[in-house]
Amino acid sequence: MPLWLDLTIRVLAVVAGFLVLPLVVGQTEHKVMAHMQGRLGPMYAGGYHGWAQLVADGVKFVQKEDITPRDADRRVFRLAPLVALFPYLLVLLVIPLGPGGLVAQALDVGLFFVLAVLGVGVVAVLMSAWASANKYSLLGGLRGAAQLLGYELPLVLAAASVAMAAGTLSLPGIVEAWRPWWLLWQAPAAIVFFIAGLAEIRRPPFDMPIADSELVFGYMTEYTGLRFAFFLLAEYVGIVVIAALTTVLFLGGWHGPFEDQLGWLWTLVKIFAVSFVIIWLRVSYPRLREDQLQRLCWLILVPVSLAQLVLTATVKVLT
Amino acid sequence: MSDDGERGTPGKGLVQGLAVTLKTMTQRSTTQQYPDVEPDLPPRSRGVIALLEENCTVCMLCARECPDWCIYIDSHKEEVVVPGAARARQRNVLDRFDIDFSLCMYCGICIEVCPFDALHWTPEFEYSEVDVLDLLHDKDRLGEWMRTVPPPPAHDVLGEPSKEEATAERKAAGPGAATAAKTARPSVRRTGSPTAQRPAEQRPAEQEPEK
Repeated sequence: MPLWLDLTIRVLAVVAGFLVLPLVVGQTEHKVMAHMQGRLGPMYAGGYHGWAQLVADGVKFVQKEDITPRDADRRVFRLAPLVALFPYLLVLLVIPLGPGGLVAQALDVGLFFVLAVLGVGVVAVLMSAWASANKYSLLGGLRGAAQLLGYELPLVLAAASVAMAAGTLSLPGIVEAWRPWWLLWQAPAAIVFFIAGLAEIRRPPFDMPIADSELVFGYMTEYTGLRFAFFLLAEYVGIVVIAALTTVLFLGGWHGPFEDQLGWLWTLVKIFAVSFVIIWLRVSYPRLREDQLQRLCWLILVPVSLAQLVLTATVKVLT
Repeated sequence: MSDDGERGTPGKGLVQGLAVTLKTMTQRSTTQQYPDVEPDLPPRSRGVIALLEENCTVCMLCARECPDWCIYIDSHKEEVVVPGAARARQRNVLDRFDIDFSLCMYCGICIEVCPFDALHWTPEFEYSEVDVLDLLHDKDRLGEWMRTVPPPPAHDVLGEPSKEEATAERKAAGPGAATAAKTARPSVRRTGSPTAQRPAEQRPAEQEPEK
């Protein structure tokens, strides 16, 4: 296969996944959240149980007027949604789906790349917050910045633990090295990574930067139409990315029965299972207050992840 | 966290919260698919008021009792010549009977107060209008609602029997036969009285010479 064809197929596959998976997760969230609250959720769009609700939402967003506030910093304001969305696309490039190189771009420093790119999210939040020229946006953005910077630390430490265990930074390499008993060994790291990941994508119960009951909609307050849709899409791609990273790092990725043929299916099943848990947590728990949020990060998650590092190192040295 | 020191296992509440939402998800949702599926309303729902025009004697009780005066009644008198009678009888003819449902607060007092069962509740509720003035239903429109009046609910076997039944029973027993329990107050002490006597007990004495 010529190089250009190979590249095109890989990029197209990632873009397709980038566009389809968040919609599936979003629709699942609509329905799961509705049924957890004793409702039905969307029932009309598309005919069968409202399957096309998000497509209809997308069409609606496109039709809406694109408003930029008069006092806004226009260029930064308009750029921020793309900056929010783009890192996740890059992350999807390096996430392995199955064994035998079923990954768009296998990087040797995949984990490092993923964590670095995820950090760009802070910039998007600050850009949109500051450029909106709105005090609620600014408050939300600063909360977001404090939260993202704080939770970056346990996220990286937990990921470092599993990288130490596997002895590689390559994501396929980590899955390759994974053994079922790691579920127990790396359990604290997995929980820390998952919680910190939730906070990184600002999902409830960590949606303090958005906090619609006090900050209107945080840093997204001034956005309309397609740019707002980009932020929403970024949120759902974020779910997919965090679920995928948790799957790849801690849940063994493609490992499962018939992993040579069905590896990709196992990865997807695990991603959707983790996404379900993310939705489930959103429905079940109220929002953490700002001080509780920081307390959880610095007093619980960081010590736990440090202890996990010690544990990982100990086991690694002894075996 | 409970108030004072009495904390259960850490994280118990978090798990319970998750269990509640998961359990709710597995149960049937309570949403009613209203425009697609007609709601199953109880027969005594207060949807709209129907008028049985033949029963109305223009006594005006409903219009007078209505708390917000939303019933409008006009009538005139008609002479009815009864053959054999000394002079012509007069009877009221209903010209207008309007209920303004933009004012009505669905208290049901008019229905309670009507001595001749001319007004009825029906569970129909789909009569919204674009113009609020169209909510004034005239007597033809109110009469149309009569089709939707549900049959009255079955008599409560434990309740006191209807007036008609009691009267018939008393007449069947013959004059003076049902006077034994006239003095008893059934609600005060009914342990001793056999159930068969109960219909007769509850008829006030003044109604006896009715027939």
